[in-house]
Amino acid sequence: MHLLAFLMRRLVQAAIVMLVISVIGFSIQSNLGDPLRELVGQSVSEAERQLLRDELGLNDPFWTQYFRFLGNAVQGDLGTSYFFKKPALEVILDKFPATFELVLVASVMIVTLAVPIGIYAALKPESWGARILMTTSIIGISVPVFLTAILLISVFSVGLGWLPSFGRGDTVMLPWGWETGLLTLDGWEHLILPSISLASIMLPLFIRLIRAEMMETMRTEYVRFAWAKGIAPRRVWLTHAFRNTLLPVITVGGVQIGTLIAYTILTETVFQWPGMGFLFLEAINRVDTPLIIAYIIVVGLIFVVVNTIVDLIYTLVNPMMKLPGAAA
Amino acid sequence: MTPRAFAARFFRDPVAVCAALVLLSLIVMAVLAPFLAPQNPYDPMQIDIMDSELPPVWIDGGEERFLFGTDTQGRGILSTVMYGMGVSLLIGLGAVAVQAFLGITFGLLAGYYGGWIDSFLMRLADIQLSLSTLMVAIIALAIFQAALGPGAYADLALYMLILVIGIAEWPQYARTVRANVQVEKKKEYVDAARLTGMPSARIMLRHILPNTLTPLLVISTIQVANAIVSEAALSFLGLGMPVNRPSLGSLIRSGFENVFSGQWWITAIPAVVLVVLILAINLLGDWLRDTLNPKLYKGR
Amino acid sequence: MALLDITDLEVSFGPHQALRGVSFSLDRGERLGIVGESGAGKSMAAFAIINLISDPGRISGGSVTFDGQRLDTMDTEALRTIRGNRIAMIFQDPMMTLNPVLTIGEQMTETLLAHRSMSMAEARRIAVEKLDLVAVPSPAARIDNYPHELSGGLRQRVVIAISLLCDPEIIIADEPTTALDVTIQAEIMALLMRLCDESDMGLVLITHDLAVVSESCQRLAVMYAGKIIEQGATDAILTAPRHPYTRGLIGALPQMNSRGGLLKQIRGSMPGIDDLPTGCAFHPRCDFAVDACRASVPPLEVHGAQAVACIRVGEIE
Ligand SMILES: Nc1ncnc2c1ncn2[C@@H]1O[C@H](COP(=O)(O)OP(=O)(O)OP(=O)(O)O)[C@@H](O)[C@H]1O
Ligand SMILES: [Mg+2]
Repeated sequence: MHLLAFLMRRLVQAAIVMLVISVIGFSIQSNLGDPLRELVGQSVSEAERQLLRDELGLNDPFWTQYFRFLGNAVQGDLGTSYFFKKPALEVILDKFPATFELVLVASVMIVTLAVPIGIYAALKPESWGARILMTTSIIGISVPVFLTAILLISVFSVGLGWLPSFGRGDTVMLPWGWETGLLTLDGWEHLILPSISLASIMLPLFIRLIRAEMMETMRTEYVRFAWAKGIAPRRVWLTHAFRNTLLPVITVGGVQIGTLIAYTILTETVFQWPGMGFLFLEAINRVDTPLIIAYIIVVGLIFVVVNTIVDLIYTLVNPMMKLPGAAA
Repeated sequence: MTPRAFAARFFRDPVAVCAALVLLSLIVMAVLAPFLAPQNPYDPMQIDIMDSELPPVWIDGGEERFLFGTDTQGRGILSTVMYGMGVSLLIGLGAVAVQAFLGITFGLLAGYYGGWIDSFLMRLADIQLSLSTLMVAIIALAIFQAALGPGAYADLALYMLILVIGIAEWPQYARTVRANVQVEKKKEYVDAARLTGMPSARIMLRHILPNTLTPLLVISTIQVANAIVSEAALSFLGLGMPVNRPSLGSLIRSGFENVFSGQWWITAIPAVVLVVLILAINLLGDWLRDTLNPKLYKGR
Repeated sequence: MALLDITDLEVSFGPHQALRGVSFSLDRGERLGIVGESGAGKSMAAFAIINLISDPGRISGGSVTFDGQRLDTMDTEALRTIRGNRIAMIFQDPMMTLNPVLTIGEQMTETLLAHRSMSMAEARRIAVEKLDLVAVPSPAARIDNYPHELSGGLRQRVVIAISLLCDPEIIIADEPTTALDVTIQAEIMALLMRLCDESDMGLVLITHDLAVVSESCQRLAVMYAGKIIEQGATDAILTAPRHPYTRGLIGALPQMNSRGGLLKQIRGSMPGIDDLPTGCAFHPRCDFAVDACRASVPPLEVHGAQAVACIRVGEIE
């Protein structure tokens, strides 16, 4: 398939997803909570209310209201948080670094561990090491994220008292307004348990995936041919077999990054990690509609961006994808 | 594989047999909870606040009456876990039934009719798969809860969970069914059936479905485990089952605060049961997949 | 002593034997054809030579001696210096043989770099040279293509070029043309023969096609159910086959247009490795079978110009 056609399709798909999310966001806004009550309280007479509704455009037809909402949204105006009394988008984006760093550290852990372990388990499936790893991994898959989190807290925070159980610890404000916990020791201490919990379920998943795909490629004719050429085992494993394993792993990986973001809600709840997920659950409990909508739209955007990037990487790694104009 | 060979392989694999036994006994305990449980923990007449926070019997201060101790309300953990497991299983199976129904229907339609129906459904599946199930479920349930208010939501939670988890995961089934239908469609017997004048819906169900049964069985096993995990996660977040009809996830949630004050068992016992339940299903699913080795739809 | 000497070679999958004592030898520059039905164990024999039987199969008996060295017992590091270097292999299906994510150039240079100490530039130069040798058009451009950008015939040429990279003493070609269009088959075979002649390379040619063998190989071995049942000079066997199975094969020649047509004159089908009959594995399909054929496995014995594994060979002329 041509790369450009593929990207166009991807872009259209992304646009559709964002439109659907915006419609959902808007229907939430018009059905959840009463903006009037938030604005003026309950002491205002019915006539005055109607007047205000007209002024605010709340009596306009659905589509008029939707396009007004969409227009504002595109300009970054997703309303004002009832609770924080600040623009909802700003509130969400303030929490973005915390979630991002959590996902980043967890992803780095997953990749650096899953790749070597998966390859090892595929190459030496009968070895004791591989058997123990595979048994551990199926147990790992069966322990939900929030239980891993609770377990880690009860052992390392409550029991041993080695690591903190909640919050981000000391953070540093970077010049471009990014609040990072990666530059202080305290920040790292706070990051360890949450990121392990977040990685705990994806890690075994990826180990199993890489192992299965790797074992499949090791049985292919081209790997056998590589052996027949007298190439060094390392090169057969990594260049011939693993490079081919990469494509399915990237595909699944793209979907799983989305799941990882969902799991941040769980991890952040258990560790009271001041990220977007924690904020979202608070917003739910407070029925802070603008904030809920802002979260949904931001997360939708993250999903779309991540998926597009993953697809792009896929096309770059896959030689079957051609740039238009290249020789057939 | 004949049923006989299948059984032979099964009984030769100790892991599979153990997993099946554990799963079976857990299911029996859950289904027969009203008869087997020492008390009905949701009958106010049977619980006594004076019994609250008793540790399990093997720890000092534990009482014979409560094998696994009691929670903050004086309910026996053993009883709450047995009831809770039933709720978890009910939602897991219910959600998978919804998934399978939607997925098989859409998969058959897409595979059999092809054309724009196929393109539309598969694009929809792509999009749904690219959004994480749990994420969609959290957002959907959060909105319902905020819209209905916690009280009204509690009454509907069971159905909401089944529907939301069910709707979010249909593409798994649809893709597998569609891929199989496309293969089967090319075979002669489908043409033959069509020639004899059998209506198309009948052809699909009578001929194609039995052939896709093996992959569907394997998917379903794993999906039940996934659905139970999703339910537990949602309930843990407070978006699932309410305290008066808790699932394992809600039990873990309600005991979570006590972890810090030392009553670990309120959370630990349902947590262990949840893990064992999921592990048993996953082990069986793995075994089924390795044994039956169906062609599962992978990636693009 | 011959360059390559295989004696009583056995390959087993658990309790079942895919090769049941195979012996043949190859002199420098000699060409041996191996024919037989699908499942006879031809590929098994080919892979066993370079000790590349994939799990769970393994060499369970006999020996492979190449230039005085035992390959069947050699460790993998030492085997590496032989594989692709002194003994090269050409696989059956060029669509599956080349790695889809590596360019032709990468797959060629890596072979050279594994066996010779040379620079990347040097390796590329040789690779282009070999591509030119196998008549790949505009090799300097093709070298940066991925396999999927080439046609099947071109890919098999590339595979042949890869096998030539280190100027091997023996090439093992496992049905090098079966997966290709009929029109291209002859071209590829002619190319292979020319290359062998030019550089005095030995060739083990595995094929279904007796006609191909008759044109290209001095010697011929016929395999059936994991054993060689007749072996000798190609001309001798083709003009006067002695084993009933070989006679069936050659008798079927006129109709030989497809795999199915090949054995029209021999009833039944070859047994799998897990349901071998007792005695001579061919007896259930043989018109000349007697009780003795069911009793013991006939040894390969010299009868005139060829070696035949049949106890009734003298009586059925
Ligand atoms: N992994 C395996 N396990 C068990 N038996 C096997 C395995 N691989 C091959 N065999 C058996 O070994 C025998 C020889 O196979 P081989 O591939 O050498 O046949 P062949 O003569 O090359 O046939 P073809 O013309 O189809 O390539 C076959 O009967 C096959 O069933
Ligand atoms: Mg073969």
